Amino acid sequence: MKRTNIELTVNGRSHDVSVPPRMTLVDCLRDELRLTGTHVGCEHGVCGACSVLMDGAPIRSCLMFAVQAEGHEVTTVEGLADEDGTLSTIQDSFWENHAMQCGYCTPGMLIAGQALLAENSDPSEADIREAISGNLCRCTGYQQIVEAIAEAARRRFGEPGE
Amino acid sequence: MKAAAFEYVRVASVEETCRVLAAADGVAEHKIIAGGQTLVPLMAMRLARPTLLIDINDVAELTGISRDGSHLVIRACTRQREAETDPLVAESAPLLAKALPFVGHRQTRNRGTVGGSIVHGDPSAEIALVALMLDAILRIQGPAGDTHRAIDGFFEAPMMTALAPDECLVDVRFPEWGGTGSVGTGFHEVASRAGDFAIVAAAAQVALDGDGVCRRAALGVGGVGPTPIRLAAAEEALVGTRLDDAAIDAAAALIDDAIEPDSDLHATEGYRRRVSGTLIQRAVRDAAAEASA
Repeated sequence: MKRTNIELTVNGRSHDVSVPPRMTLVDCLRDELRLTGTHVGCEHGVCGACSVLMDGAPIRSCLMFAVQAEGHEVTTVEGLADEDGTLSTIQDSFWENHAMQCGYCTPGMLIAGQALLAENSDPSEADIREAISGNLCRCTGYQQIVEAIAEAARRRFGEPGE
Repeated sequence: MKAAAFEYVRVASVEETCRVLAAADGVAEHKIIAGGQTLVPLMAMRLARPTLLIDINDVAELTGISRDGSHLVIRACTRQREAETDPLVAESAPLLAKALPFVGHRQTRNRGTVGGSIVHGDPSAEIALVALMLDAILRIQGPAGDTHRAIDGFFEAPMMTALAPDECLVDVRFPEWGGTGSVGTGFHEVASRAGDFAIVAAAAQVALDGDGVCRRAALGVGGVGPTPIRLAAAEEALVGTRLDDAAIDAAAALIDDAIEPDSDLHATEGYRRRVSGTLIQRAVRDAAAEASA
């Protein structure tokens, strides 16, 4: 199949990659760039497992073809932790709150939470639930995920009113 | 599921888009891709199988929000999330601002476009419903040149619109309700989970004069027929009333004849009928309260 060469930045690193037009961004990330932290769930935009940040905004990487990402900056779940593997605040808050069980939805949940905290330093529980409303979790019942994101907000921005 | 193979071309202007569309006509199963939030799932499920995708995401003249006289102009490829957070939209088309948070999820609104939602013609699409209710004008470029078309009649059937395969939507113009008094809006929706396709969506925009009498009303429902539906009879019934409970009940009773809901695995026809009536009442009450506040 005909392939197209594209250049995109993933987690701060520039990549040249050759993709067939029909390859989704998530398949490119996982199969071409070997960044398997982003999960593939439904492949038609329902489950949110494949969420990544594109130019800072959360999107579903199964609903975009890799050729369309040319020239854009993508952040995957691998890009949240430090280079040495130290977890980011939101990742550590997920750990502390047991905000995962099977872990399938976790990368998408982390990206959704990260995007929320990038624009809201004092999210209400409703804000958090709205932010993850496009991400399905079939294990936790969401409660610990909501608590983890709330804790991450407190740890990053301090207690409300402080 | 993966999309079938296709050729991909990225265009830089509306003129180039039209040129590529014209050249592809009859040669390829071509489709414009904007946000892709409706098209890509259809391709993944092989319900759509274009052989040529024309990507308009880099066309600068297709993005942006502005005002032209008494119209709010949203260019076709403007992201839904951008419209949702734009103060001009909140001021000039408050009903659209109220409907946008119901459109998919934040991740899809970051990619999905205002124009794309309209040209796909999904019968449960919130933006299409609001555009129909507000008598939006569609600016379309194609072989006939640069044309302005009324939205009435644009939605033909589920996922089918009057847009010809060799035409490109350039912008959507939402008329402002100037000089009709105090305007209020209401939007309600029932879906399986927040952001999913509307089982029923109902919207209202009303204008009250200084005495609290309704001078103008626009009502519509989505998800209960082959296209979004404007409720003309119910609108007429509201005009001239004070939007009291009796008037709202009487208007809501008229919508049963205007809708054609189906039964599917999400809901029965009867459920959709009852919910339509209830949600339109709530939307009108919200709009009335807002207009008289």
